[in-house]
Amino acid sequence: MKRRVAGTKLFSLGSLLLLAVGASACATVRPGPDGSADGASPVRQTTGSSDHDLRYGTPNGAWTSTYAAPIAAPTLIRGATVMTAAGETIEDGDVLFEGGKIIAVGRGLDAPPGSEVVDAAGRYVTPGLIDTHSHMGDYPDPGVAAHSDGNEATDPTTPEVWAEHSVWPQDPSFARALAGGVTTVQVLPGSANLIGGRGVTLKMVPSTSVQGMMFPDAPMAVKMACGENPKRVYRNRGPSTRMGNVAGYREAFIRAVDYRRRWDEWLDGNRKDDPPSRDLGLETLAEVLRGELLLHIHCYRADELVQMINLAREFGFHIRSFHHVVEAYKVRDLLAADSIGASVWYNWWGFKMEAFDGIPENLALLTEAGVPAILHTDDDMGVQLMNQDAARAMYAGREAGIEITRDQALRWITATPAWALGIDDRTGTLEAGKNADVVIWSGDPFSVYTKADRVYIDGVLRFDRARVDEKPRSDFELEILPDRAAPEAVNR
Amino acid sequence: MRRASVVASIALTAAVLLAAAPVRAQTVAITGATVHTMAGPPIENGTVLVQDGRITAVGPDVDVPPGARRIDAAGRVVTPGFIDVGSTLGLVEVGAVDDTRDYAMNEPDPIRAAFDVVDGINPNSSLIPVNRLRGVTTALTSPAGGLIAGQSALIDLAGVHVSDMLIRSRAAMAASFNPGDAGGARGAVSLRLREVLEDARFWRENAAAYDRGAARSLAASRLDLEALQPVLAGEMPLVVGVDRASDIEAILRIAHEYGLDVIIRGGAEAWMVADRLAAADVPVIVKPLTDAPTSFARLGARFDNAALLHRAGVRVMLTSFETHRSGDLAWEAGNAVRNGLDWAAALRAVTRTPAEVFGIGADYGSLEPGKVANLVIWSGDPLELSGRPVHVMIRGTFVPWTSRQRELFERYRELPRPTNP
Repeated sequence: MKRRVAGTKLFSLGSLLLLAVGASACATVRPGPDGSADGASPVRQTTGSSDHDLRYGTPNGAWTSTYAAPIAAPTLIRGATVMTAAGETIEDGDVLFEGGKIIAVGRGLDAPPGSEVVDAAGRYVTPGLIDTHSHMGDYPDPGVAAHSDGNEATDPTTPEVWAEHSVWPQDPSFARALAGGVTTVQVLPGSANLIGGRGVTLKMVPSTSVQGMMFPDAPMAVKMACGENPKRVYRNRGPSTRMGNVAGYREAFIRAVDYRRRWDEWLDGNRKDDPPSRDLGLETLAEVLRGELLLHIHCYRADELVQMINLAREFGFHIRSFHHVVEAYKVRDLLAADSIGASVWYNWWGFKMEAFDGIPENLALLTEAGVPAILHTDDDMGVQLMNQDAARAMYAGREAGIEITRDQALRWITATPAWALGIDDRTGTLEAGKNADVVIWSGDPFSVYTKADRVYIDGVLRFDRARVDEKPRSDFELEILPDRAAPEAVNR
Repeated sequence: MRRASVVASIALTAAVLLAAAPVRAQTVAITGATVHTMAGPPIENGTVLVQDGRITAVGPDVDVPPGARRIDAAGRVVTPGFIDVGSTLGLVEVGAVDDTRDYAMNEPDPIRAAFDVVDGINPNSSLIPVNRLRGVTTALTSPAGGLIAGQSALIDLAGVHVSDMLIRSRAAMAASFNPGDAGGARGAVSLRLREVLEDARFWRENAAAYDRGAARSLAASRLDLEALQPVLAGEMPLVVGVDRASDIEAILRIAHEYGLDVIIRGGAEAWMVADRLAAADVPVIVKPLTDAPTSFARLGARFDNAALLHRAGVRVMLTSFETHRSGDLAWEAGNAVRNGLDWAAALRAVTRTPAEVFGIGADYGSLEPGKVANLVIWSGDPLELSGRPVHVMIRGTFVPWTSRQRELFERYRELPRPTNP
């Protein structure tokens, strides 16, 4: 399920040799395009089987994360209310991290020599927040037509496109999300298409390339979409109905089954013949069938969700999560039974027909039923306020008599989205061994008056409200924004 | 150029409509609450007395008449009902379903001043209960689209008939600084607005000749030019959706030239011209949760816009600009406080200020004897995420605690049977 590497050449015996070299050279250090990533592995990931790599041809180091965290001093955050998102909340608690990893979470921790000690008395600490549904970089600000890179709306089925190939790292939204305590987002293709393409998981760090933002070794994702959007976009050429949508998914997967079989036969054979030709789109769908890519489906209505579960059943793949499912509460037993995640808003509803039955208790009902419930944003403003929306959904649940705990609400925006993206072994909670993705809040993160004071990614301080001048500012924002003439911010 | 005086016919309409509302004989006493009257400091352990749809007494020592229904609000917070001046409530059911959208008159001519939303208001809209349960009791519901979209109405969010809800029709003229509707250039927006205003003035002075067919051709229809007369007279506010600082200044110039009573809507870069807005006494409707350069007209968007405007002396009103989530108003106000606006100023920006700016301050916006009994009893701090309305009163009557969303929740509180995949 790791990030896959796709070569730029057609497969050949020559590239087979190259593959062997590449595989053995995975420790080679190569600077990233922005020079900031010394030490990064030249390959996107190296854990796949060789057969796995064969299906793609040689990696050649292409399409790889070049992100590497700079060296940072050990840091001890002291005396905070530590909300771990792992069940425990520690009053007067400490968090110690070093070398990009959390070393310890507890009380009375000692600061190693050379540590930066942050007095966080009266403040709160949480894991960095994670948004499973973003189009930052693909629909960057300002939203001009020249920036419209999120939907390859030329064909209803485009599994061949990768959202990362549209990401503009200078989107001013990234820094704003960071200032809201967000450390990781999944950028997905839009929902115009039945099968929109691959998604990518990014860290909210400044970079001149998307590769410099990629979460190393994060699984890749595939985005599909149900309902109104595809049938509206393609109404003149089809699909123009929901039944047309479903036929479109099935036809695509029928081709993918065939493609996978041809490759498997070649891989299992003597490999003397030329391998089958690569097909970028079918390659993606074949990996869905193999369970190597995490599938996320934009789907609003309960009945369509069940249609998609049937689709998965027909072809034997698994759905990692549904997104935007405003009606998930109606079939929450099904989601719980199959451990399918649900990424939802707190209270968006009514903006289109399939969103008419949205209710603010959705997250609470899903959580109560045992569904992996996630608060997502799909929105450049919402992503700055994930803590607030989690709080609102928690209070909406409590008002309705569903006793959601603070830890459960925090998990909606940390641990569970990390699981949905397949990175929960590395981030999403404050536990020893996890990446030091940490937010220090000015107060209770479930208060409207609270702001993120400090945001660390892999132990590196990436946002510090006390030094707003050093807030990451994209190239686009230089001089063009009138902040320079601005009065002092009223309240940082 | 303020709105103390109102066109006589409009005032008459409002008076008639209010008088037509059903008489409510019940007397209600809300006791023990922290009462934010918006007309003085908060009252601890206060009582609000309501009779026949109006507030009759507010204070720490109010005599509750025998037979009054007592609502114990100890530990609760009482505020005036919130007023959302940035919505299309009653004019939309499902955003993407054309048949249910009645806020935009879609025609090529971007001048639609005569378009009045009142006859399109649907008192049965599901959005009305959903949002009043979140503390919004009154809305300016407005048309959209074109350069001059038409006329807004002020409504209370309760009533079987439009006439039950209507506070004032023709409460404002809605416009947008939209170069795309004026040939693509900013200067063309000003050109077109000036042309229409000039012709409205010409029409006023040459109506008889116009009717005889003896006047030159005019830039807008007779109905539009007629509808613009109260705007020209400075008696009907012109609410202009505009973001870029220089565009706001262009509107201020036009307002000055024609003596218009202008209100800025949106105003992402309004903080950059705060002093000029204050000097001209031009209020601004702000969405606090605006901070991104989502367009080239909003490069200066920042979270503390409302706070900076307030500090400069500009009258600020808040909104979510999201009709389905009009009830996010309290949340937006909380975020204005998060970003520097004084708490009391934020509360004022969703109660008293919009009432005063839109000319209904005598009846709305504060909890004072004689005012319409629109109020909300909150579980706690109304601007905090944990604060929720527990009772909402509109015109002296508590609204039923039901909505389409609540019914959906109740229906699915328990799943009737396992879903069969």
